[in-house]
Amino acid sequence: MTMLAPPAARVQEPTRSGGGRGGSVVWMVLPAFGMFVFFGIIPLLGVLALSFTTWNGYNEIVPSGLDSWRAALTDPGLPNSLWVTFLIMALSWLVQTPLSILLGTFMARQSRYRGFLAVFYFIPLLLSSAAIAITYKALLDPNFGLGAGLGIDALNQDWLGQANLAIGVLIFVVSWQYIPFHSLIYQGAVRQIPKSMYEASQIDGAGRVRQFFSITLPQIKFTIITSSTLMVVGSLTFFDLIYVLTAGGPGDATRALALQMYRLGFQADLMGPASAIAVILVLVGLGLSLLLRRIGGRADDSQMEGA
Amino acid sequence: MTPAPAGTEASRRPSPHGHRKPRARRLHQLNWVGGSLGWIWLIVVMLPIYWVVITSFKTQANYFITNPLKPPTEFTFENYQVVIESNFALYFMNSVFVTAGAVIPATLISFMAAYAIVRGVGSRFLKLANGVFLMGLAIPLQAVIIPVYLIIIRLQMYDTLGAIILPSIAFAIPLSVLVLSNFIRDVPKELFESMRMDGATEWGTMWRLAFPLVRPALVTVVIYNAVGIWNGFLLPLILTEGTEQSTIPLALATFSSEFGVNVPAVAASVTLTTVPIVLLYAIGRRQLVSGLTAGFGR
Repeated sequence: MTMLAPPAARVQEPTRSGGGRGGSVVWMVLPAFGMFVFFGIIPLLGVLALSFTTWNGYNEIVPSGLDSWRAALTDPGLPNSLWVTFLIMALSWLVQTPLSILLGTFMARQSRYRGFLAVFYFIPLLLSSAAIAITYKALLDPNFGLGAGLGIDALNQDWLGQANLAIGVLIFVVSWQYIPFHSLIYQGAVRQIPKSMYEASQIDGAGRVRQFFSITLPQIKFTIITSSTLMVVGSLTFFDLIYVLTAGGPGDATRALALQMYRLGFQADLMGPASAIAVILVLVGLGLSLLLRRIGGRADDSQMEGA
Repeated sequence: MTPAPAGTEASRRPSPHGHRKPRARRLHQLNWVGGSLGWIWLIVVMLPIYWVVITSFKTQANYFITNPLKPPTEFTFENYQVVIESNFALYFMNSVFVTAGAVIPATLISFMAAYAIVRGVGSRFLKLANGVFLMGLAIPLQAVIIPVYLIIIRLQMYDTLGAIILPSIAFAIPLSVLVLSNFIRDVPKELFESMRMDGATEWGTMWRLAFPLVRPALVTVVIYNAVGIWNGFLLPLILTEGTEQSTIPLALATFSSEFGVNVPAVAASVTLTTVPIVLLYAIGRRQLVSGLTAGFGR
């Protein structure tokens, strides 16, 4: 799955200028530039163009003005998928952020078992969303899953068959998959806080809780913005996981924007309206990352290094 | 979104753990909230993984009568046999081919681009290219999949492995260029100067000086991209028929509906497809650490 970095993650312009003999290296950028323009930039413009056409995926592409937009915007599936997307975004942010901060702070401490734990925390990041979804699907199966096997009634629910439960499961699985990533970001940030700040506050008699709230949290403010941007914008593009886990169901309870787009375009052969939804997806993502950048006050470049 | 932290985590750990001032350790003690959360999270993370692995060794009959959290009473490899007989080798080789075929060129051309961007300061075109790559970080593959599909059809590449490879390369570029250019920027300017004094061309300098020096970053980029492409689902789903040219994640989804109630077989398919990427990480991690140590030992 693509990792989304916010536009906020700018790289600073090189400050050292000596040594570069411009002309002789310029051509080296061409293979990568050409490749990305062809499969990234042109499709980005293309999706906007396609949203003003009618196309079923194999016949001729016919320009049709605003027809596709009208069809996409009046489709009763759109408000639902916007709502589902928002719900997933907000809930997964609410669950992931505090847990990632606490885990990141915990992992930032150097201790014998921290490294041991971090090795295991890392594993979900290596697994494909498809594998994760299949595992949870089997694990939560009302007849053959964990609940049935252990005979615990509370666990034995039709987890993926009821709208509210399915959303809950989705949030849980998303958290399981991505909390390790975000706690690693926070771990790096917490390690950059000068030790002297903690030492000074300890002399003043501050306890651990107090230190966490008055030193750690304010010091990682920009990391919180970066991590939140990644979470929020990333949640717009959840596709594989939902597709395999619930396929948008039950009914349309988990049909987020990306699934709505897939359904319209590749299942109902309505590429025009699907392109319109893709444009909405890009605009919402862009709007959200700009908004978060505004909230953050400034973009913090260093926090993104290497991430 | 997967494991950028592979590099982040390891590269931020220049000193071996345990090497700490006692005072710092005292300061960091007693965080029992974080501590207990740390252990609880270990259980949360490991429980499904443990369950998948033990279940994959149970017979189907055994699965229904044993406690799902206990290891199998009869140990069997038959589930793996079932998976392998379901054309697994083909999907596996497809995934290997797609991953290698995308990661290697993507890393090389990204490295060249990063080198040009760092060394060619002052070029308007390079500034533009850099801007395009940075903007590219914000373009989600999902949003442009319809035009990509159109391009692949027009190139007559639908249902080929190349159809998965080309967009995979393109979408690996922005982040790779960002990470690599940050690292190339850290190479001391004097080294470039002395190469130039010795009469080396930029091309020679790039491969003989910059390439070995940024090896840890290259490893990071390779692992990051390899995991992302190996696990990719959307491109094979849209750009292939999902049969002969299928890759592992898509095949997994098919297995899971095919095997249905044969939970141990599903578990075996998940385990089998995950092993290679975990191995790659295990190997890469060591190489990454040794790359770093070599850098410090100089």
